[in-house]
Amino acid sequence: MARRAAPEVNAGSMADIAFLLLIFFLVTTTIETDTGISRKLPPPQEEDVIPPVLKQKNIFVVELNKNNDLLVEESPMELKDLREAAIKFLDNGGGAGSEACKYCQGSRDPSSSDNPTKAVISLNNNRETNYATYIAVQNELVAAYTTLRNREAQRIYGKTFEQMEKDFDDVNFSGSKTKLKEDIKKIQALFPEKLSEAEPKK
Amino acid sequence: MSKFKKKKSGELPPVSTASLPDIVFMLLFFFMVATVMRKNTLMIDNKLPVADQIEKLDKKNLVMYIYAGKPSSRYRSSAGNQARIQLNDKFADVSEVKAFVLAERAARREEEIPFLITALKIDGKTNMGLVGDIKKELREVQALKINYTTKSGSATDNFK
Repeated sequence: MARRAAPEVNAGSMADIAFLLLIFFLVTTTIETDTGISRKLPPPQEEDVIPPVLKQKNIFVVELNKNNDLLVEESPMELKDLREAAIKFLDNGGGAGSEACKYCQGSRDPSSSDNPTKAVISLNNNRETNYATYIAVQNELVAAYTTLRNREAQRIYGKTFEQMEKDFDDVNFSGSKTKLKEDIKKIQALFPEKLSEAEPKK
Repeated sequence: MSKFKKKKSGELPPVSTASLPDIVFMLLFFFMVATVMRKNTLMIDNKLPVADQIEKLDKKNLVMYIYAGKPSSRYRSSAGNQARIQLNDKFADVSEVKAFVLAERAARREEEIPFLITALKIDGKTNMGLVGDIKKELREVQALKINYTTKSGSATDNFK
């Protein structure tokens, strides 16, 4: 029996089919923007715990009222000045003796915070405050901490804190990761993020 | 008659389109890999605020999403004008947040649970009261790692 050659399949329309699929995926693709400010909530409080007493000068009160006005230490402030004010407060280092801060570069004003490890930023907001405003304030406060950490990391390890964190996540990083992790912890300990949030007021 | 006919010299040969499907397939595979299908259909307005001190959420399988905002125009008649929470594909009450977190935990392997992050995708115009309520619920179920999902940009853009 004579073998018949199989007829060749015409592949000319393959491009059309592929284009169809391509356009479908082009339209449905949303390169997702999953970025944001990471925070850690405090664990639920037990009823009978007495909150530790803090010196008034170690607390930096940031308040947002229902008209989205920003009040810092009971005086109104523009958002753009908040970062500077927070840095000034954290970096003050007004303590003496065992509470002295060796690495602070602030004005050492005795009426402001003793030590960055003691300084607490307290953020109060109203129930009617806008979420966007709240995020803007959060952002500025986190930025204040990052600025100070960058400065110290630059001084001690010769690179910024953000770079250290980036290196830690980088799979191609050549140095020792355990050492890097310790270094990051040390910098975090110099300026611990002490951001307390009260329950929103009615 | 000569056996080998000489080509006419002036004419250009047609461009071969045989490799066109290959190129298109290459693009196709790129988009297939890069595509993230949206898990939830949003029933609320979700215009996220902007911030610049942001971190990326890399491990998508360790993130659970809580949406909040005003219902979009087509749901306004049934869901009202006030900001609502959306969990999965439906509107939810504040009290349902706990059950949602527990359900999300149950769906994951045990060793992954401590690394779960709750991403709060909240519309910029929402009142903090609702956000505070969500946060309170999350604290009570020990879901303490949260991420305020934002777009990247200068913080002052929030007031435009």
